[in-house]
Amino acid sequence: MFSISLTRDDWSLHRKGAIDQARHMQKVKEAIKQNLADIVSEQSIITSDGKKLVRVPIRTLEEYRFRFDPNSYPQVGQGEGDSKVGDVIGRVGPGQGPGQGKQAGDQPGIDYYEAELTVEELGKLIFEDLELPNLEEKRLRELESEAVRFTDIRKHGPFANLDKKRTIRENIKRNAKRGTPRFGGIKNDDLRFKTWDRDVKRESNAVVIAMMDVSGSMGTFEKYISRAFYYWMVRFLRTRYDHVEIRFIAHHTEAKEVTEEEFFTRGESGGTRASSAYQLALQMIEERFDPASWNIYPFHFSDGDNWPSDNDLCRRLAEQLIDRCNQFGYGEIRQGRYAYQSTLMHTLERIHSPKLVTVTISDKADVYPALRRFFGPEAREVARA
Amino acid sequence: MPEMTPAQLTLLEARIAEVWEIGSRLGLRPFPTHFEIVPATVMYEIGSYGMPGRFSHWTHGKAYQVQKTLYDYGLSKIYELVINTNPCHAFLLDTNTVLQNTLVAAHVMAHSDFFANNAYFARTSRRMLDTVSLNAERIERYEFEHGEAEVERLLDAVLSIQEHVDLYATEDEGQPTEVPPARQPGPYDDLWRHDRRAQPDDATKPPQRRSRRRPAEPVRDLLAFIRDHSPVLDDWERDVVSIVRTEMQYFIPQIQTKVLNEGWASYWHARIMRELDLSTDEHVEFARLHAAILQPSPRRLNPYHLGYRILLDIERRYGESRLFEVREVENDISLIRNYLTRELVDELDLYLYERQGDELVIVDKDWQAVRERLIGELGGNQTPVILVEDGDYEGNLELYLRHSWDGRKLDLDWAEKTMEHIYRLWGRRVWLETKADDQSRLILSYHPREGHKQHR
Repeated sequence: MFSISLTRDDWSLHRKGAIDQARHMQKVKEAIKQNLADIVSEQSIITSDGKKLVRVPIRTLEEYRFRFDPNSYPQVGQGEGDSKVGDVIGRVGPGQGPGQGKQAGDQPGIDYYEAELTVEELGKLIFEDLELPNLEEKRLRELESEAVRFTDIRKHGPFANLDKKRTIRENIKRNAKRGTPRFGGIKNDDLRFKTWDRDVKRESNAVVIAMMDVSGSMGTFEKYISRAFYYWMVRFLRTRYDHVEIRFIAHHTEAKEVTEEEFFTRGESGGTRASSAYQLALQMIEERFDPASWNIYPFHFSDGDNWPSDNDLCRRLAEQLIDRCNQFGYGEIRQGRYAYQSTLMHTLERIHSPKLVTVTISDKADVYPALRRFFGPEAREVARA
Repeated sequence: MPEMTPAQLTLLEARIAEVWEIGSRLGLRPFPTHFEIVPATVMYEIGSYGMPGRFSHWTHGKAYQVQKTLYDYGLSKIYELVINTNPCHAFLLDTNTVLQNTLVAAHVMAHSDFFANNAYFARTSRRMLDTVSLNAERIERYEFEHGEAEVERLLDAVLSIQEHVDLYATEDEGQPTEVPPARQPGPYDDLWRHDRRAQPDDATKPPQRRSRRRPAEPVRDLLAFIRDHSPVLDDWERDVVSIVRTEMQYFIPQIQTKVLNEGWASYWHARIMRELDLSTDEHVEFARLHAAILQPSPRRLNPYHLGYRILLDIERRYGESRLFEVREVENDISLIRNYLTRELVDELDLYLYERQGDELVIVDKDWQAVRERLIGELGGNQTPVILVEDGDYEGNLELYLRHSWDGRKLDLDWAEKTMEHIYRLWGRRVWLETKADDQSRLILSYHPREGHKQHR
């Protein structure tokens, strides 16, 4: 019997840990998906620059067991010989801990598991089964304008494409090498041909018109919700579709087309006339987006606190918009307020069209369901009905 | 970091032989030990699975990821990994220096000696590597037969109560007591009067039907009870429960002796290394490494350090022969109870701390308070004792569990989540009796149709 031995084997094909790690990561993603409603409205994400890593608490991946209440008993530690009762030996602040699972859990008071992922990865999870609803097949074909551009030179090709200038130059070069720098005695080796690429220019034929109420009655919460919604909507459209145009309209009593940056950062005040935004959207469609060749998706977010005298006009304009578009989405944000009878929602709901999709949002967690209602599989069912 | 060269390997082999010679001369009696040089990823994998070849589960993957991340960022280094089998298997990191691996080998030798000679390991299977591989194969087969998701859900549930295994349960524990056969009248019946007083109705009432799911005495081996008496599990599911239980039984002695075992190994690596003929540079490297291993931590007790210092103290007070006695008969709890003195608590500067707001504050330095708390944290005492009272509660096959109260409050949130797992295994309403903040009796129940309920 041996008493000791020492070996070194080849472990390079050994992958068990990696496989179970992958399964764990998959579970992390599933857990995130279950929590998307909370994560989508996370302020730190909406205000991040898009490259940032976000930390997502995942409770479902906790390895639950019977345990003692971790916060109700003191723990044993060890000093350097001079500790006294009352000494502070450390701090547990929010956001502390390396966010790598158990590590954080070893400290009292921090006992959940966090995953770290980029906004982009998060977006992939959110957008997985979202799409623009009701896209019409015949228009879906993108208009392709084609141009031929010669981009390269080769030694073989059809004679029609012979590049005479380059062929002569090659001939002279070859003769020069043999001491007679002149043109003459062309050989196959001198021939140069032009080749071309087809330069396809695509013209997008879907446009999203994002309208947002920026009036004085829109409080911090309402503005935050609309921005959170549009933040993800814009990211979704950019991720999924290469060629969707997005136009931004901000309105109070008057509507204005604004840049994306202004749309997300600017605050306004004043009363509310939603008709102004609808009017501007109609005008935009009239001038630039012919419904015959464009899929058109207007969205509007508001607290619904519209001037009562404006409601009738709103309805008429909304009907016109609905006539011209594939889906009209309206989101009303009502936090903790009783439902007004005179809100814009009630006005719009009198329009009975499957193309009108409305949501009411009263909580941060409603943003994700709203996205799904407008772009999810459910929306497509509705649109088809 | 470069791998060990063949020349270094040869040197290491010679060093390990030397270590063995010194250790044997000084009294260590380890199992034959097989060393294997592995890359870091394999080291971390074995570390996170507990031993090579164990069944797949995402919790192992999670542990692996944590280990690997800490390693990649240079925050941790597994110094040694040794498996309690005969022959003993130990793993060395191929990026370590010869000196580091020599120290690890000395450390391993003492662990191997501990496995071979400590009483708490006497009943552990020494062929566990084979067992876990066979277990992993069976689980893989179940995945094939019943779907990965199904097996994973089952394992999630079983692993949530894996700590509730009774090492000392006799095989018939948890079995219902036989109903005694009716006695024939005899001349000495008056002698049984005292018994009858305890059970006054015994003679008059017909013998009560005793459910086979109702243990005569409460049992703490939750896994065994579920395996034997669950009204809903299929045979293959009972087998999975059994697998987890067998593997946990194997690991329990290691949990019970963490401080003593690491202290023992640290004591011996230090002694053996001092006897080796090392260069000055190597001496410095050894001293630095030894200090790093024994580095005390303000928030979490370093078991290497605590065990090492207690053993040094025992050696000083009672002589070396007592050390070998301690390694044979003690576990962490008895070690602390018998040998952690007031002087040692002061010398080691142990204290109790707790969270106050955002701060962690030292709240007590009394040696007995520290000792009691330490006993509560060590040797498996960090897991609450959960007893099966009744597997046929209310005559309805419901499972009634009782938390054996020792003054420490359960994390009720986690308890509720765990009860959901137990429901997966029992299939009927699950009850748990414990105590509330004000020490009054609190009973939790769970059934998916009605959710969690609290009864007082």
